Amino acid sequence: MAKIIVVTSGKGGVGKTTSSAAIGTGLALKGHKTVIIDFDVGLRNLDLIMGCERRVVYDFVNVINKEATLSQALIKDKRTKDLFLLPASQTRDKDALTTEGVEAVLNELSKDFEYIVCDSPAGIEKGAQMALYFADVAIVTTNPEVSSVRDSDRILGILQSKSRRAEQGLPPIEEHLLVTRYNPDRVSEGEMLSVADVEEILAIPLLGVIPESEAVLKASNQGTPVILDGQAEAGQAYSDAVDRLLGEERPLRFTDVQKKGFFKRLLGG
Amino acid sequence: MSDNDFRLKGSVVTTVVLEVKTPNLEQIKLGLKEKIAQVPQFFNQAPLIIDINQCSEPVSLDLFQTLVAGCRELGLAVIGWRTSEGEIPSWRFDCELPLLPNANSRQINIKSETPAPAKDPHVVIKTVVEEREVSQPTKLITKPVRSGQQVYAPGDLVVVSQVSAGAEVLAEGNIHIYGALRGRALAGVKGDTSARIFCKNMEAELVAIAGNFMLSDALQKIIWKDAAQVLLVDEALEIASL
Ligand SMILES: Nc1ncnc2c1ncn2[C@@H]1O[C@H](COP(=O)(O)OP(=O)(O)O)[C@@H](O)[C@H]1O
Ligand SMILES: [Mg+2]
Repeated sequence: MAKIIVVTSGKGGVGKTTSSAAIGTGLALKGHKTVIIDFDVGLRNLDLIMGCERRVVYDFVNVINKEATLSQALIKDKRTKDLFLLPASQTRDKDALTTEGVEAVLNELSKDFEYIVCDSPAGIEKGAQMALYFADVAIVTTNPEVSSVRDSDRILGILQSKSRRAEQGLPPIEEHLLVTRYNPDRVSEGEMLSVADVEEILAIPLLGVIPESEAVLKASNQGTPVILDGQAEAGQAYSDAVDRLLGEERPLRFTDVQKKGFFKRLLGG
Repeated sequence: MSDNDFRLKGSVVTTVVLEVKTPNLEQIKLGLKEKIAQVPQFFNQAPLIIDINQCSEPVSLDLFQTLVAGCRELGLAVIGWRTSEGEIPSWRFDCELPLLPNANSRQINIKSETPAPAKDPHVVIKTVVEEREVSQPTKLITKPVRSGQQVYAPGDLVVVSQVSAGAEVLAEGNIHIYGALRGRALAGVKGDTSARIFCKNMEAELVAIAGNFMLSDALQKIIWKDAAQVLLVDEALEIASL
């Protein structure tokens, strides 16, 4: 049986798709056969971030509607072994996903994969609820600002009350906090919440802190998940998060204000 | 039959109990009149129980019925009577009023403005709040109450976690929060003015007791990010440290 992981947040633009691509890739790099599903029907961009947009023929909705088989729609990643992508439809809307249809696809994928990573659309409505409904694990992606934290809190409430596990009285979804776009300088200026603030408000265990980084933008423009950039702090932070997700212990990095050296200042690093 | 036709519920009603000490009807009527004159709104159609348990002499059906009629004349609504279990009179089923059990009760003596007369009273009046027949169990919440969620407790509410900003907890009784209260907490929502709110960390958006509320700006000036209790004193909210 595969473990179903939802990357969710409530708010849009916080880094769910970036994180889904990075964490899915990270799990595959560790030798776990992984598929990432784009639940953002109508706004698909996971395939862009993964750099395989030109290879999309069939999508998630085609499979649900039995217009294509799963093996026709799955895209095998060219760089990373054991990594697959199930893209979203560009032309349909979120109502195209039915609970029964999603369940059937997840059941079929479960036979073949160790991890199923679900990239959730923004919001707390149907699309986001569909992405989290069958989850075993939730990675709650949060930016260190009040509105993002509030939306994450709402999503946590939905995980507790409207998921399959909640409705069937099963053990609750395992919750993890992923703080993204963290900027220690702005935290020390008091312009952003600190990791401690976010942890205190949400009261769930911390999986990782991903620094705000130019490397993320560069990586997504190139269609390479940032975790493959071993030089970038954001890439290293995602690797740490994946290790923690697999039960290893990693000290927290990149959360303190760095004293900039002469060259760094010169180069604007 | 459907569930919409009726519902059976336990209920608590404040009643007045008339304890008869002597069978002296005239004196009782006079004494009652006097009491009623002091707080007429309170006694107007007030539910009344006649208690003959402590009467110095056995009460006859005739005497009892005259007493009932007298009470009704004075505007009281007699709903039943009581006596001790060993001394149930033979006319029990002839009086057409229910014999009520001697419930455990909390008693509140009605204060009268004028000092009580020194001589033996013929009549003692007490209001009695019946013990709850259907006691509401405490509701226990062990997980955070998240933004957008609402929890309602028909009795007391205990949250062994936090109440997030944008969340709301309501209870007919007291609310205990063993974590931060960042959302809204409303205790005594059915009007219980003795209800209180306790929390380990006061950061509330709103607190209310029996409809009397206070918002976060006001709370911040009194107790903030610290243990606190909220109670109602003379119809005003008081925020006290714990
Ligand atoms: N750690 C980061 N540093 C800098 N930019 C980031 C970071 N994470 C995400 N972004 C940028 O934020 C935007 C939204 O990210 P995305 O992953 O699409 O969010 P979501 O899927 O939650 O809407 C993108 O432009 C992305 O490049
Ligand atoms: Mg996205």
